[in-house]
Amino acid sequence: MVVVCPIYRPEQIGPWCRSSVIRVRGRGCRLGWHVAIGHQAKDCVRSSAFQPAPDSTHDWIGPPNRLSNIRPITYHVPAQESALEERLRRLRQQTEVWNHEFWAYQNVAFNKLLLDLFSVLLLALFTGRKHTLGSEEMALFYKSFLDTNRTRHANYNKEWYRRNFRITLLMGRVALTNAWKTVTNRTPSSSPS
Amino acid sequence: MYVPARACMVTITKCPLFLGLVGASVSQKLLGNASINYQTARSLIHLYRKDPSNWITYQQLHFLKRQYVTKGSSELHQRAVPKQTPAIPVLDERDDSVVQRVQHVQAIYPPHPADIMPQPDDVTSEEVVLPVISNALPSAERTLLKKGSERETSNETPHLHVETDEAREARLDRQWKELKVDVSELPGVYARLAKSRLTALVVVTAAAGFAMAPVPFDPGMFALACLGTGLASCSANSINQYFEVPFDSNMNRTKNRPLVRGQISPLHAVSFALACGVPGVALLTLAVNPLTGFLGALNIFLYTCCYTPLKRLSIVNTWVGAVVGAIPPVMGWTAATGSLDPAALLMGAFLYSWQFPHFNALSWNLREDYSRGGYRMMSVTHPDMCRRVALRHSVALVGLSCLGPAAGLTTWTFPLVSLPINLYISYLALRFYHRADRGSARKLFFCSLWHLPMLLLLALTCKKPAKEQSGADLPSANPVPS
Repeated sequence: MVVVCPIYRPEQIGPWCRSSVIRVRGRGCRLGWHVAIGHQAKDCVRSSAFQPAPDSTHDWIGPPNRLSNIRPITYHVPAQESALEERLRRLRQQTEVWNHEFWAYQNVAFNKLLLDLFSVLLLALFTGRKHTLGSEEMALFYKSFLDTNRTRHANYNKEWYRRNFRITLLMGRVALTNAWKTVTNRTPSSSPS
Repeated sequence: MYVPARACMVTITKCPLFLGLVGASVSQKLLGNASINYQTARSLIHLYRKDPSNWITYQQLHFLKRQYVTKGSSELHQRAVPKQTPAIPVLDERDDSVVQRVQHVQAIYPPHPADIMPQPDDVTSEEVVLPVISNALPSAERTLLKKGSERETSNETPHLHVETDEAREARLDRQWKELKVDVSELPGVYARLAKSRLTALVVVTAAAGFAMAPVPFDPGMFALACLGTGLASCSANSINQYFEVPFDSNMNRTKNRPLVRGQISPLHAVSFALACGVPGVALLTLAVNPLTGFLGALNIFLYTCCYTPLKRLSIVNTWVGAVVGAIPPVMGWTAATGSLDPAALLMGAFLYSWQFPHFNALSWNLREDYSRGGYRMMSVTHPDMCRRVALRHSVALVGLSCLGPAAGLTTWTFPLVSLPINLYISYLALRFYHRADRGSARKLFFCSLWHLPMLLLLALTCKKPAKEQSGADLPSANPVPS
């Protein structure tokens, strides 16, 4: 899955740091950085290889992932899983992975940019040029993060709403189908033969 | 003068004799703290150069924040004199050992009056703007970090908590929960899903609107109106949480919500919302009056379909949210009288104006979380406007109180008795405007929490007596249910 990368330019985090971004060897290529973040974001949602007991008939939800804070779910596959149920399960699994990739990338990118800011701060400390970081400068940073990722966020929102609705509708259909099956299965046995 | 950090540091450590010459061009602070700064900066640059797959930035940032940022003023200050900490150990390649290292360093920090460990849910303990620390940490690790911060002195030998892989696996395995609905927990889950405290406040404002209406008090209609409003509010809040599951999971304030934790399924949440919303709106429409029912439905629509998506698209969401907050008292009024009067709109205007100091102050302390979560709030993108709008609307409350007698809502005493609390909140808003720090934002937020009930109570005591009631004394100070 291709991860769409934001375009980050140093000048977008504020005029005072334009000239003082640390040029670290090997990091001049932003594309390399994006790809590296993308690889990290593809890291598995599960942080432990937990397997529920075989006799369990429910799904299991795990602790939030370290990077994306998305909780992985291990789905119980019933012996006679219908096509609808399988579709629902696959959609939920796929959505979980998709969510994880988006948020892992988002969180890592955000914190990486904050780290950049700190590096600049340290430099300013050494050179004696600047000693404080007021709320206005932080606001510039936050605003630039939101602005550079605006389209990406909007696309994510639309897709998330779509998936959420589809999952819920499928869940509703599965619940209704199961309820109907329970009722129809019970009727022949309850009627006197 | 721009001196490349690495060159500067290398020069200092390798050529002590050269120090004098270098010192001439480097600030005095640098000389004094050179060796310690060198260690820290070197590890920082080492961090920066590392493979991105090893950036566990929550913990690292937290560590850096503790090292360099102090509390105590309105701005983020760099520490000119670093604390006496040992050299930072070179961070290991393996991700998880970073967590352990951070815990180790935390344990040996000397106590500093300004450096209080930020509790994850207490966003107000520091001036520091930095986010999100233990957001990604399971609760066990967070507890360990907290314990580390409570150690008194740096003279003790540091307590090294090294977790083996097996122990870590076991700990994570224990945190897996079965997705089974526990019926005994359902009431609590529903209360959290419906944001019961917020719903209670909404019902209080609707009750105030009902009580302020210049008609004889009808307890039955009052109860129906409150119930209907409460159900509509539960429904709107549930749908809001249903829409925002992945966003909530990434913010400290909201990560323990029922849908995020998987205590109920999304279908269950939607069913609950429908089970509250449909009877609520039907009750308002059929048992109270159609106007109130329409306002209730409109409020649900505005909150779920306008405010919730707009939170991520534009700062206009705050104004839409203010309208959402202003509608309940109007609903209460229309439930009592059946019509929209200027006085009802004035009640709505009170709530509308109050929302701004309340919400802007709240969002000021959550800027980092909002930004990382992709929420477009005024405090994140337009901080100046955020404070200006809060101030403007706090002052507007004074003006609106003066309109009370003119609109027929209250007697002339109301502007006078409400002046102290309105002036106080305006004063706090002014302080927030000038200082723009977490402390003043917090004070303004907490003030807004008691200011609104007080204002409504004062309005109730100054309610204009109905002239058409000959002889019968109007219950002008109805006890407002809480």
